[in-house]
Amino acid sequence: MQKTMEMATPATAAPAVNPVMKLLRMRETGLIVIIIAMFVVMSFASPYFLTWVNIRAMVMAFAVEGIVVVGMTILLISGGIDLSVGSVTALAMVVAGWLFLQGVDPWVASAMAIGLATACGAFMGFFVTRVGLHHFIVSLAVMVIARGICLLFTGGRPLGLYSLPPEFKFIGQGTIGPIPLVILIFVVVVIAFDFLLRRTVMFRKVFYTGSNEKAAAYSGIRTKRVVFLTTTLCSALCGVAGVIYMARFGSAQPTFGLGMELNVIAAAVIGGASLKGGSGTIFGAILGAVLLSVVSSSLALLDVSVYWQDIIRGTILLTAVTIDHYLGKSRK
Amino acid sequence: MTNDVILRISRVAKSFGAIKALRGVDFELRRGEIHALAGENGAGKSTLMNIIDGILQPDSGEIVFDGKPVRISSPTEAQEMGIGFVHQEIALCPDVSVAENIFMAATNTSRRFLMDYRALQRKAREILSELTDIDPATLVSQLSISNQQLVEIAKALTLDCRVLILDEPTAALTEKEAQSLFAIMHRLAERGIAIIYISHRMVEIFDHCDRVSVLRDGQSICTYNVAEVGPRDVVNAMVGRVLDTLYPDKQSEDEKSDEVVLKVANLSDARTFSDVSFELRRGEILGFAGLIGSGRSEIVRGICRLEGEAAGTVSLCGQQLNLRHYQDSIAAGMVYLSEDRKGDGVFLDMSIASNVSALAVEQVASRFGIIDRGREDTQAGTLGRRLNLKCGGLADPVSSLSGGNQQKVAIAKMLSVNPRLIFLDEPTRGVDVGAKAEIHRILRDLARSGVGILVISSELPELIGVCDRVLVIREGQISGEVTGADMTEENIMHLAAVHERQVATA
Repeated sequence: MQKTMEMATPATAAPAVNPVMKLLRMRETGLIVIIIAMFVVMSFASPYFLTWVNIRAMVMAFAVEGIVVVGMTILLISGGIDLSVGSVTALAMVVAGWLFLQGVDPWVASAMAIGLATACGAFMGFFVTRVGLHHFIVSLAVMVIARGICLLFTGGRPLGLYSLPPEFKFIGQGTIGPIPLVILIFVVVVIAFDFLLRRTVMFRKVFYTGSNEKAAAYSGIRTKRVVFLTTTLCSALCGVAGVIYMARFGSAQPTFGLGMELNVIAAAVIGGASLKGGSGTIFGAILGAVLLSVVSSSLALLDVSVYWQDIIRGTILLTAVTIDHYLGKSRK
Repeated sequence: MTNDVILRISRVAKSFGAIKALRGVDFELRRGEIHALAGENGAGKSTLMNIIDGILQPDSGEIVFDGKPVRISSPTEAQEMGIGFVHQEIALCPDVSVAENIFMAATNTSRRFLMDYRALQRKAREILSELTDIDPATLVSQLSISNQQLVEIAKALTLDCRVLILDEPTAALTEKEAQSLFAIMHRLAERGIAIIYISHRMVEIFDHCDRVSVLRDGQSICTYNVAEVGPRDVVNAMVGRVLDTLYPDKQSEDEKSDEVVLKVANLSDARTFSDVSFELRRGEILGFAGLIGSGRSEIVRGICRLEGEAAGTVSLCGQQLNLRHYQDSIAAGMVYLSEDRKGDGVFLDMSIASNVSALAVEQVASRFGIIDRGREDTQAGTLGRRLNLKCGGLADPVSSLSGGNQQKVAIAKMLSVNPRLIFLDEPTRGVDVGAKAEIHRILRDLARSGVGILVISSELPELIGVCDRVLVIREGQISGEVTGADMTEENIMHLAAVHERQVATA
């Protein structure tokens, strides 16, 4: 009987990695350092930068979009991608606004709009998992279709919703103490999903699926169901974002959110999500969004032309991904 | 110092950072010989071959090719000198025809403006006819893996090479294809081409090679004339210690039991297998033999509902199962270790701990579905120690491990659910000799502890060495059973391929 098989040192002790080194190697640490550095530089460059008003404006600028970033990050981790986020957000906004103008209670109208956005996700999930088409193509089609429906509903003009009740507008415009409710909603969503993603069995399956779909299937995970759900969740969060935008602006704009998908994907990727699936964190993705917003705000304060901003944002994206690529190589 | 030496390597060293991959390796290759290169994974075989092929540059040492000292700075240069390398991984363009793939290098250096497809097809057919009957006009993506491997070899043959390196070429081939490859190798050797043959399979080395060199820990240990030594000498040189037995003891008479762990009756799917019935008893290791494509993996995947619908009944420990999904199979205690470790066995970029827990993450989570990292690490640590897993830390990605240790992670994943029955498909493919023996011992220990073990393998010596009973599959049906002294390669091959005379007589 050879029950014990100690031939060499069985080296499975506790991980011997220095926690400080681990922290230094994390993507989030690098982003925080860059963001803080920008804060320091900008506080010298512009006296206005470090004021409460400016910081609040910066956070407001990405807070609602940040909810979409959460959905996109989870979808990217599962191996998917969604180009339709901007259109679906606008669709939720327009449908809620249109229903309200037809006399539907704004809360009910909002719930229906979020339901419709969720249905858009389920529709895409169906084509991806049952028909077997690629996320890119399916969401490209839905991006165009949803935008078309927005224009159809409104005749291409924004819907003014001046009669929205104040308690509804409070979602988008109200404050609790000094802090806007929008920011509180955003922070709660981010903390909740960050925890869920790091710690729950449900979302661990998302990582397994994105890391190696076949190995996940061979571990008994219903990978198609996982992809269907992450696709649906992303669109549902777009619906939530659309309703908040409507409450904030008091109007519904059919052309809202053009180009949003690129911003959102850029934030997630700068924050460490991989287009190949299997990696990414909510916290990192939000830091990516923060970085993009801080850059925009700084450039505006420094009177840099708006046209330069896109060029600089694109460059940041390329730099982040390149650094990641080389770090990934050196680790192997 | 005869002048029939085509390639001589002296004191070649190569380091990657702090890791010394090669520390002064000597190697000598003669014209017209088939020279096996053996060594465990990580011994430095690939590094040495990559240096010969110009992919890597040595830090020090000398390479003498055809009597002249040379520096090989790129694979193109190696090709020009007449060194052909058939890599283990297939690197063909899937959406292009076989002929175009074979002449990719020639097309690359061609100065003509237009492609001459007709000549390309004709020349490709000439070369292929030596190997097999693949139509040069087919797309590579439509070929089986084994045929793709043959195209790779054909590609190397077009280069008019003087030295041909074959890195585990038979890993994806059926026995018959392997035999025709060996015939080709002998023909090439007669023409004076020197062949470096890398393989883990002792049978191949001893049946078809002239000499064998062994590498261990980046050093050249010895070179033997194959005729003068036995497989055990080579294996001992590879592992650097005397392995008392290559295979663990078999089931003894008094360990035999009538208790049936798995009973399969009249299992059929519409396409690949039909009317499969067999039993697996407590304490035995049952083997599945058969050619690639015979349906052996499909039967097992059908039993545990990994793919497709299968009619028939499956009973586990006396209870008839009604499985709708592989999840149900896991819950019942029946798990499957896949044959393609990197493709679908492990999550390469995820941590060891989260790989081990993947079959049932619920086990290391609280009632509310929140994962307890501590419990997850404990689980991986306990199973890792049981399997003698060698790793830096449990948070390291699986990609940082050697093939043998990756396979142990995959096995640990199976054990995490305390299964009653494990199906193992090619459990030691691409695993070095030391780890292989360990895995075999683990299987025997599991069988002794009452876990049902079913092993599928293309390596007949492995099946014969490890299993107590072997069922042979041919064209989706069980064509026979061998036990005890009847478990010979001849008997199994006969049952696996009676229609194919070539194999039976080979």
